[in-house]
Amino acid sequence: MNSGIVTNLWPIPAVPCAASLAILSLSNARRKSAAVLAVIGQVFALGISIFAFVSTLQTYSFRAVQNFTWFTFGDQTLRLGFVLDPLAAAMLLMISLVGLCIFVFSIGYMAEDKNFTRFFAYLSFFSGAMLGLVIANSLLLLFIFWELVGLASYLLIGFWIERPSAAAAAKKAFITTRIGDMGFFLGMLWLYNRSGTLLFYDGGSGCLESAGLAMLGASPAVAGFIALLIFCGAIGKSGQFPLHVWLPDAMEGPTPVSALIHAATMVAAGVFLVARVYPLFSLGGINGVTSSLTVVVWIGVTTALMAALIAIAQADIKRILAYSTVSQLGLMMVSLGVGGVAAGIMHLLAHGFFKALLFLGSGSVIHGCHGEQDIRKMGGLRRLMPVTFVTYAIGMMALSGVPFFFSGAWTKEEILHATEHWPRSHAPYFLMLAGVVLTALYMTRQIIYVFFGNSRVASERAHESPRVMTMPLIALAVCAIFFSVVLTPAWPWLHAYLRGEPVQFDLARLIQPMLFLSLVLVGTGLGLGIWMYREAGVQNRQRSAEVDPLEYAQPTLFRFLANKMWIDELYGRTVIAFSWAAAQLSDWMDRYFWDGLVRGFGAVGRVFAMLTTSVDEHGINAGVDGTTAGTRGLGRLMSRAHSGQIQTYLAALAVGMLALLLLYAWLG
Amino acid sequence: MTPTLQIFLIVSAALFSIGLLAALSRRHAIFILIGIEMMLAAANLNFIAFWRFAPKPHQPPVGVMLALFSIAISAAEAAVGLAMIIAVYRHYRTTNVDQLDQLKG
Repeated sequence: MNSGIVTNLWPIPAVPCAASLAILSLSNARRKSAAVLAVIGQVFALGISIFAFVSTLQTYSFRAVQNFTWFTFGDQTLRLGFVLDPLAAAMLLMISLVGLCIFVFSIGYMAEDKNFTRFFAYLSFFSGAMLGLVIANSLLLLFIFWELVGLASYLLIGFWIERPSAAAAAKKAFITTRIGDMGFFLGMLWLYNRSGTLLFYDGGSGCLESAGLAMLGASPAVAGFIALLIFCGAIGKSGQFPLHVWLPDAMEGPTPVSALIHAATMVAAGVFLVARVYPLFSLGGINGVTSSLTVVVWIGVTTALMAALIAIAQADIKRILAYSTVSQLGLMMVSLGVGGVAAGIMHLLAHGFFKALLFLGSGSVIHGCHGEQDIRKMGGLRRLMPVTFVTYAIGMMALSGVPFFFSGAWTKEEILHATEHWPRSHAPYFLMLAGVVLTALYMTRQIIYVFFGNSRVASERAHESPRVMTMPLIALAVCAIFFSVVLTPAWPWLHAYLRGEPVQFDLARLIQPMLFLSLVLVGTGLGLGIWMYREAGVQNRQRSAEVDPLEYAQPTLFRFLANKMWIDELYGRTVIAFSWAAAQLSDWMDRYFWDGLVRGFGAVGRVFAMLTTSVDEHGINAGVDGTTAGTRGLGRLMSRAHSGQIQTYLAALAVGMLALLLLYAWLG
Repeated sequence: MTPTLQIFLIVSAALFSIGLLAALSRRHAIFILIGIEMMLAAANLNFIAFWRFAPKPHQPPVGVMLALFSIAISAAEAAVGLAMIIAVYRHYRTTNVDQLDQLKG
């Protein structure tokens, strides 16, 4: 089932990367060309993505691969390749579309930044790397793009390098994800050792196909370990507990970067990875339950609830969204873990749209409030920034899961549906229901703080953002709403597309019990939020305006949540303190022990050198000197005979001749 | 007293010795040259004497011929020698061979 399109996939990552290189070669003043190049690169990628997407519609379970040999060592060949299947095509479309909106938004948001061109170069590179990641048909190629995505995020989080906090956040993101990547790498090596190939699909002999799985299935425990090691990479990249700490700090980057990281690229990579190698996770499972998937579920549940709780007590508009992303990613992991791969990916896609919308909306708010990010200082912005308000509200409702009109609701419902039927335990299901309430609660809190109530310090001189920024917001809001067309149970087109099944239209299935349940849950969350924060930011008799209502009611709990459950501090006291001590020890060892050894060896060498010097000077040199002195003395003696007196020579000649004559006479 | 070969050889040896003595003892270059000429004359005398007292004296005059050649060559030699002495004198302003020791080792 090969098709021409798969051989033409390589420009999807290549063109944005080429655009990035071209932009890097521009001078800082060429802002317009930089933006145009980046946008053209992205439009090009979007164009091919649409073409690729359309070609996957030909048949159900469309899959086309193109493999090529990278290099050969000995009798082993290392092969890479590209794959086009519904998973990749849907991701391509989402990433390039959301990426394009973010690119356009950035033109307005970064208009006054002096490193505008560099920003667009990195942005293009980020997008290109992520696009490459989703079409990789080899775990190694995926890993290469994975690391490129990590590099791009490092560059972009630390974009405002003059801020120490941004530099620290970039380092934190890079190092934290690297911890997970180490597991990923080990898993990859182990997989190669076991199955002998890293290609996913290779005409039946790839590691995700029957032959490879049969080879792995011989020892299910090993396969489970490999899956868990690969999952370590996903934990790092997708900000799952316990490696989620980098994601909120990544807010130090410019807001479009946050949008890109949280919606289209970076964090989506982890969920995508698990979905891509899902056959490894589910290998040898009964009813789709394996120990590795159980780990995925519990990590996801922990992450989802913990992040949702922390989000309630944050004051930074972007941090709330960051924790909400962590929470939603946890939800996706749960979905993957319980077997709802399609549901998880659907939520990933829908989340991509509305989270990008929310982040860009928050960017618009921050831009309007002249760089202020503290929601307690905003308020009343709905009158001043109407477009931002409406689009933000759409994003907020999609995230909260308000039924019927918003994409997030349908996908969340799908996930809950999958979780409900998990055979092992019902706890994740109920915890997810609590998570839905919490999501609605913290989003309500945020929107009340930012858009309702009185104008406070930061919002007094606020203004609506320019059209170049509001247009992407509107586009994303439209996507967030109309995306639900392909998600509803009445016509679950996307679900069927991802699973490779035909789809039927059945209006009767639109109304399901789960719908009422989520209606109740979301309503509870919204109502609770409105009731709790009705007087947020307003001074009343008991408390001042800066104090959060929850803080007033439950100061200890609020402090616990506001400080992110002290996880950063815990890491600081344990892992980081340990590394610090280890570093100190190594430093000491290096300075005194190894250095002493080296110095000792040096001293021995010096003694030898002294010895050879004396042998040289007194033995060899003296011999040579003696010989030359003898030769010179002899020469001096001989030269004395050459007096220059020709008569002496003549006399010598005469004496010599006389002597010869006498000898002749004597000899006869 | 009839002339015999011995008498000629004695005269010739004496002439050679006087020439050698002159060449060794005089300091003036021209006198050294004269000494050398005397030694050559002694050699010429020997040539003629040996030819004259040979067993068949009237054979082709080899000795006289050799002497004549020798005289011609010594004349050329004297000319070259004198020219060199003049050149040396012009250069060093002396013909004292004791002072002409630039070739010493």
